[in-house]
Amino acid sequence: MSDPDIAGPDGFEPRIVAFFCNWCTYTASDLAGTARMRYAPNTRVVRLMCSGRLDPQFVLAAFRQGADGVLIGGCHPGDCHYQEGNTKCLRRFELLRRLVDQMGIEPERLRLEWISASEGDKLRDATNAMVATLRRLGPLHLEPVPTPPAKSKTEHFVPEPAGTYPVMLADE
Amino acid sequence: MIAPTADVRIGVYVCHCGSNIAGKIDVEQLAHFAASLPGVVLARNYRYLCSDPGQEMIRRDIAEHGLDRVVVAACSPLLHEATFRKAAEAAGVNPFQVQIANIREHVAWVTDDKTAAFRKARAQVAGAVRRVAFHESLERKSVAVKPCVLVVGGGIAGIQAALTLAQAGKRVVLVEREPSIGGHMAMFDKTYPTLDCAACILTPKMTAVKEHPNIRLLTFSEVEEVTGSVGNYHVKVRRHARHVREELCVGCRQCIDACLFKTPQFPNAFDQGLAKRKPIYIPFPQAVPPVPVIDPEACIELKTGRCKMTCLDACADRGAIDFRQEEWLEEFDVGAIIVATGYQAFDPRVIAHYGYGRYRNVYTSLEVERLLNAAGPTEGKVLLRDGSVPRRVGVVHCVGSRDHHYHSYCSRVCCMASLKLAHLVQEKTGAELFDFYIDMRTPGKGFEEFYERVQREGVNFVRGKVGDVHCRKDDGDPSHEILTVQVDDTLLDKVRTFDLDMLILAVAMEPDAAAEQVRRLFGMSCSGEGFFLEKHPKLAPVNTAADGVFLAGACQGPKDIPDTVAQAGAAAAETLAMIDHGRIELEPNTAWIDETLCSGCKTCIPLCPYNAIHRDEEKQVAVIDETSCKGCGVCVAACPSGAASQHLFTDDQIYEEIEGVLCYV
Repeated sequence: MSDPDIAGPDGFEPRIVAFFCNWCTYTASDLAGTARMRYAPNTRVVRLMCSGRLDPQFVLAAFRQGADGVLIGGCHPGDCHYQEGNTKCLRRFELLRRLVDQMGIEPERLRLEWISASEGDKLRDATNAMVATLRRLGPLHLEPVPTPPAKSKTEHFVPEPAGTYPVMLADE
Repeated sequence: MIAPTADVRIGVYVCHCGSNIAGKIDVEQLAHFAASLPGVVLARNYRYLCSDPGQEMIRRDIAEHGLDRVVVAACSPLLHEATFRKAAEAAGVNPFQVQIANIREHVAWVTDDKTAAFRKARAQVAGAVRRVAFHESLERKSVAVKPCVLVVGGGIAGIQAALTLAQAGKRVVLVEREPSIGGHMAMFDKTYPTLDCAACILTPKMTAVKEHPNIRLLTFSEVEEVTGSVGNYHVKVRRHARHVREELCVGCRQCIDACLFKTPQFPNAFDQGLAKRKPIYIPFPQAVPPVPVIDPEACIELKTGRCKMTCLDACADRGAIDFRQEEWLEEFDVGAIIVATGYQAFDPRVIAHYGYGRYRNVYTSLEVERLLNAAGPTEGKVLLRDGSVPRRVGVVHCVGSRDHHYHSYCSRVCCMASLKLAHLVQEKTGAELFDFYIDMRTPGKGFEEFYERVQREGVNFVRGKVGDVHCRKDDGDPSHEILTVQVDDTLLDKVRTFDLDMLILAVAMEPDAAAEQVRRLFGMSCSGEGFFLEKHPKLAPVNTAADGVFLAGACQGPKDIPDTVAQAGAAAAETLAMIDHGRIELEPNTAWIDETLCSGCKTCIPLCPYNAIHRDEEKQVAVIDETSCKGCGVCVAACPSGAASQHLFTDDQIYEEIEGVLCYV
């Protein structure tokens, strides 16, 4: 890790699935990039039009697939591009946090942040803070272990020879 | 979850973006990785995918390899998604079977750790590949655009935009909060660097607005509510009560002469409070419309109901004065909106050491503009509050600007405005002028030449910040006050003291106090300092995140008159391009209901912010009106039966993306 403050000694790199709304937090994330802010590259960004689109099952699926944390980013209350999708997200979030806790997942692994389009610095700080928390918590081990992608629904995908490129195995 | 119905053929393209991406991420290796993913037929990396040859390569591959889906790993989709959709469409692939993996803004630009960057880029590409396999072929929907535009704000920006559109034959409704249009420019005396008289160039435009058959001018009015969406906005405007009927008034002003108050007693806001007005007044002589307004806080009749109402007699049979007039709401539909709400001048009271508000002869730049103006409180004479002519005058730059305690940005106009004021004050009074600046910023046509001219004219330039201002009585003439100004001269490296009669503070341009309210009204964003945020600082400088809402003038950031006029023209052109076509294509990311799964529980109906969902009572299922749906997906997330779905953001696509970003690294 480039930032010594957030680097873990054991080399554990938490993976965070970040659900960002298109209008505020995704744009803030673009801004952080354009401004060349430095933050831990541990997020995996999934863009939604609105944080109100966040089905709580997306969060559970992310944990189930091996995410160590889930970060949800939406517009500030009152600023939602769709009027109040973010407050609906907040309602779901409050319930979901308790559910996640009951499932044995530390509630700190789930985080909701209101980050407006101009708050690239807040995006950076929230990401770094979450990565620091997850380093402290360590990896999330859910049983059974996340399944690799070669599952029934993708079995019929036969990767064709792709020119000169060697085909890498998924679990490499 | 369902699998794609047929085998997919995905092409993955990794952009180097010169060294922007390739400098951090091993693009070759990333393409190798992409080639290994299910459904990927080929993966390539290229220097600049957004270039013509880059797009041509994608088009050729689609034709040669029969690709039906494309993943582009490059910059943000907010930048070039449309570019690659177009390229795919040109080669016969549905534009919505293109997915962007953002590996520049979200990866390459935010870390120096190449290993971690590669891991993240790999995850984002895998997510995009897994997702795009589930993309469906979609058609853009289009909506009719009302050929009418709302322009909010009647300063020079709003005036220019409204006139341009009106001349192109579009109907415009111009809404202004104040009793007259003209904005800040109407307050100025001369404009830099040419020293054109502001009124001479502005008032013809103001009159043109009033006279233009395509412009409806609503002054003393505020936009109350905006509903609907691009192409079809419904607007409610609150018309404040002037108590003078605009349609009956001819602007003869006899009512003002006849007012029971024989002398003006109330501070006129237009003159920065330096002049007085009567309870019934016209803010300035060239006001448009030239219709007086009655101040309910000052008018005896409106306050007590016991006035002789001499104004009423003066108006006689015209009957334009209406003490019973109440504010009312006016509603209309427009296709697009231009926001040109301007700025406000920084209040220097908060910087206590300048002494503004405590010492009588410390002025803001706007106050001095009014003093210089022939139609202003002193009829163009620069006089101190005791009526004497100043002999030594200081101008302070960067008051509230370039100061981390107040506004860290540069207000752009103050250097030139200060030079202009120095020139005009010196010309009118023959006073000795001192100009206290931090850096002199004169980038503009004829600006540096103007600076040189003012230097030649003998204005003294002192490079340094004003640290303190004190006021004392003149020993010789106790009625006269002297301002002692301490300046840290950074060129001489010593603190210097100046005794002055007058100090002019070149105050910052800051977001209007109502900017936050306006922002919410139109669904826009603000940048950090509170000015409205453009969609893209370079490529879409007059667009906003809200489709059909455009920006002009200082509400977007400090700018001078030439830049404001240019931007207003750009906003008008963008608006025209949108409404002239008659229809606008929308992103097909609307929600829909699978009737076979819907249980008719009505959970979704109250959640929809646009009332786009109703229940078909016969079938007992929910139905989404596609034209009202704006594609937030709130109903989809809430549907307990999984009957609601959102195009481009289906559950399948999102679950695939989640798996994709997690399962390969």
